[in-house]
Amino acid sequence: MIHLTIDGIAVEVEEGTTILNAARKYGIEIPTLCYLEGILPDGSCRLCVVEVVSRGRAKIDTACTLRCSEGDEVFTMSEKVVESRRNSLDLLLSDHRLHCFSCEANGDCKLQDYCVEYGVEKTSYKNMEVRECEIDDTNKFFSYDPSICILCHRCVNTCNEIVGRGSIGTMNRGFQSIIGAPGGKKWIDSTCESCGNCVQACPTGALSMKRRKKYRAFQADKKVRTTCPHCATGCQMDLIVKDNKIVDCVGADGPSNHGLLCVKGRSGSFDFVDHKDRIRHPLIKNKETGEFEQATWDEALDLVASKFTEIKNNYGGEALAGFACSRSTNEDIYMLQKMVRTAFHSNNTDNCARV
Amino acid sequence: MRLDNVEALAKCREQARASIDAYTCRILVCSGNGCMASGAQKIYDELSRLTEGLNQVSVEMQKDVPHIGTLKTGCQGLCEYGPLVRVEPYDYQYVKVQVEDCAELVEETVKNGRPVERLFHRDGDAVYEHPMDIPFLSKQTRIVLENCGNIDAESIDEYIAAGGFSAFAKAITEMTCEEVVEEIDKSGLRGRGGGGFPAGTKWKQVLRQKEKERYVVCNGDEGDPGAFMDGSVMEGDPYKLIEGMMIAGYAVAAENGYIYVRAEYPLSVKRLKHAIAQCEEYGLLGDNILGTGINFHLHINRGAGAFVCGEGSALTASIEGNRGMPRVKPPRTVEQGLWAKPTVLNNVETYANVPKIILQGADWFRTIGTEGSPGTKTFSITGAIANTGLIEVPMGSTLREIIYDIGGGLKNGATFKGVQIGGPSGGCLVEEHLDQPLDFDSVKKFNAIMGSGGLVVMDDNTCMVEVARFFMGFTQRESCGKCGPCRIGTKRMLEILEKIVAGNGEMEDLDTLEETAKFIRERSLCGLGKSAPLPVISTLKTFRDEYIEHIVDKKCRAHVCKAMQAYVIDPEKCKGCTKCARNCPVSAISGNKKEAHTIDTTKCIKCGTCLENCSFGAIYVQ
Repeated sequence: MIHLTIDGIAVEVEEGTTILNAARKYGIEIPTLCYLEGILPDGSCRLCVVEVVSRGRAKIDTACTLRCSEGDEVFTMSEKVVESRRNSLDLLLSDHRLHCFSCEANGDCKLQDYCVEYGVEKTSYKNMEVRECEIDDTNKFFSYDPSICILCHRCVNTCNEIVGRGSIGTMNRGFQSIIGAPGGKKWIDSTCESCGNCVQACPTGALSMKRRKKYRAFQADKKVRTTCPHCATGCQMDLIVKDNKIVDCVGADGPSNHGLLCVKGRSGSFDFVDHKDRIRHPLIKNKETGEFEQATWDEALDLVASKFTEIKNNYGGEALAGFACSRSTNEDIYMLQKMVRTAFHSNNTDNCARV
Repeated sequence: MRLDNVEALAKCREQARASIDAYTCRILVCSGNGCMASGAQKIYDELSRLTEGLNQVSVEMQKDVPHIGTLKTGCQGLCEYGPLVRVEPYDYQYVKVQVEDCAELVEETVKNGRPVERLFHRDGDAVYEHPMDIPFLSKQTRIVLENCGNIDAESIDEYIAAGGFSAFAKAITEMTCEEVVEEIDKSGLRGRGGGGFPAGTKWKQVLRQKEKERYVVCNGDEGDPGAFMDGSVMEGDPYKLIEGMMIAGYAVAAENGYIYVRAEYPLSVKRLKHAIAQCEEYGLLGDNILGTGINFHLHINRGAGAFVCGEGSALTASIEGNRGMPRVKPPRTVEQGLWAKPTVLNNVETYANVPKIILQGADWFRTIGTEGSPGTKTFSITGAIANTGLIEVPMGSTLREIIYDIGGGLKNGATFKGVQIGGPSGGCLVEEHLDQPLDFDSVKKFNAIMGSGGLVVMDDNTCMVEVARFFMGFTQRESCGKCGPCRIGTKRMLEILEKIVAGNGEMEDLDTLEETAKFIRERSLCGLGKSAPLPVISTLKTFRDEYIEHIVDKKCRAHVCKAMQAYVIDPEKCKGCTKCARNCPVSAISGNKKEAHTIDTTKCIKCGTCLENCSFGAIYVQ
């Protein structure tokens, strides 16, 4: 074990731990824009710099890459550190189109948060050029605006290292660098599956779900943690509720998904809740008119039960089968097979959760 | 022909030497990049054509008949005076040879052994017959470049005859891996790519790794403007580089090596491919080398022209097929380099030093150069210098020795202003540094870096603000775009420099420039970013008055910055011929015939057409 102090607090960590992780373990906040847990640090935002006095020598370096060594004294908010962070933010802001009021990420933007925290209201550079690039709006679910992208590469690293899809990368060089699909292709023409994990990783509004246009983060009433209704993986997700309607869905850190979601989970698991075509009560077909008519649950269940009984009596239990939808819960599926076996007297029961 | 053991190699050497000795006359045409550009291929073809008949005469049984071989060698060094041709055994060095000279050359020298004096190199009254008479060559110490210009770069036999692969043979027969690494460590060889990291330490670290799959990688991505040392080695003596890498491969037990060459060096790629194919044919590369059971395969990767790929982690990423972007360290390349395996990564010149160290020992190597930086360093000197070219001098030589003794001083007797060392991310050394010994440690103290060894000499017609702007433009374009300080910071600095050069600078810009430079230097992710602001930092320190002149007086003393130029007609000299007015593309010049003309500075676009057209020297730039 390695012993050091961070902002005067005695810290004990395993060998090889980075200063950033050591600080987080002890609840000491160090700002990051590019850091993603579990992969090799990108180290590009330069915001997590800390001052370290190691063996009598002081230096300033990034906390995400520096490994703790015995006897280190780490200062996360020294004057030099704050100055360096302000400089980093100043530069980032000089290449960032400031239209926060109309930005979907307003109030939910790490760059905005840090600029407020470090008192960088506007850039100190004068008459500077801001990259003016076309917004890539081709994806059905999200859009990318290069002029507010800070190139933290969280999206690229998420796609390449975590999701493993490798659809996007950094394009162009130097100041003209942007994120995009290889070969200058539009997003829609890339190998992207629209899982949207890159969007969730974006600390600014550069990558933004199109549905975010309908609400701002601070307008949300509550978040509801739930399990994705689609497949058997059991991804955890947070449904964002505004005015008692689900307006958004983000991946939550669950044991099987660690914050990731697939395209169905992220973009196909809540719209139906308030959809106008959704059937909200039982319907029974009128034999004479051929139209479905609203019925009560008792009427509907009585009708179904009588029909099942009729078939069973006439043709035996083997004539009946019960298939459960994979989107049902385990409890519901258990009950269904129980009903098939005990009430139908049939073993014809299965579930489609084999995808 | 496959060499099955070390004895076969020795026998091959004897045979190669014998066949070279059989030539009574050898014409060596320099085929380095510079000479090739000025027409060496045509000269080679012409000489081959002219000597073809003589070859027929030289029936092999008749040893007394001249037997002529026309060879293509690597860079002979004196690039300023190319195309170069040397004729052995007379050792005549001809310069600026043209196709028309070939017939006389063959007639006089080849057939009759007489010199063609008009083709000798001259400097004032001095005439130099032999290469070693020329100060440019005689004052150098050539270890890396010893074969460059002396052997046929496309013949493995010539390299073997010159003692090639004997160092490798010695390493695999007489030394263990550890002993090879120890010898390199003892020699104090430092990485010639710029950083000056001790090669032995690097090799040791790789040898220590638990992972058994290891790689040897050579950085041949020489991207600095004005640098062509590594290219010259790859073109002129590819076998030496290959032998160095083979020894490294043996030392760290790697079975695969990669040479990363920039695609802008097609000749290097061609020669290396040829050399690798020959080595494989001779059984010097591949499986079971010289029957010892050692395997070593070499591959060539071409870089797509990104400056940043000279950075280690970006280079390995590029070989892997990814975008060439540096990554954070640790893990370092020696722990997780290519394909995340332990990797020895050195540049061309470093590997080219290795064979000689193994052959002659670390103690010999330490007799050359300085205590902290043993050995020699190759430099390419370009710019406002009399003898542009490729040189190799012991570490610790002074700039004065390099520029004045070897380089022949400044072109046209101009006044020395500074020298850009270490490429676009290096720094500027000036008059006061002329007598300081140059080695890895001393250069750092002058706010510059040794870099790979490009020296761009500048005279007093150079505007230092414009130089800083030029280099900043280069690093800005070549930034990989990963970290903010380099990606955005260099752009902001460039914008300020452009503003100053355009005559719109303000004094507070200098503070912003300095602060941003400091921030980029301290906070960038990789070495390229960290050194990107160096040209500005060093020129701001040494030539601050020039910056202030640009800002306050709106004056460029070197008359380089267009915005600060004014074309003026001297009424005393102007004869009123109207030629300038007629040629002015924007009709900015007015005046009556036979009367002095004037230039309307508000209309003038400073294209210089009037100046070129004036027959009376009446127009000048203010």
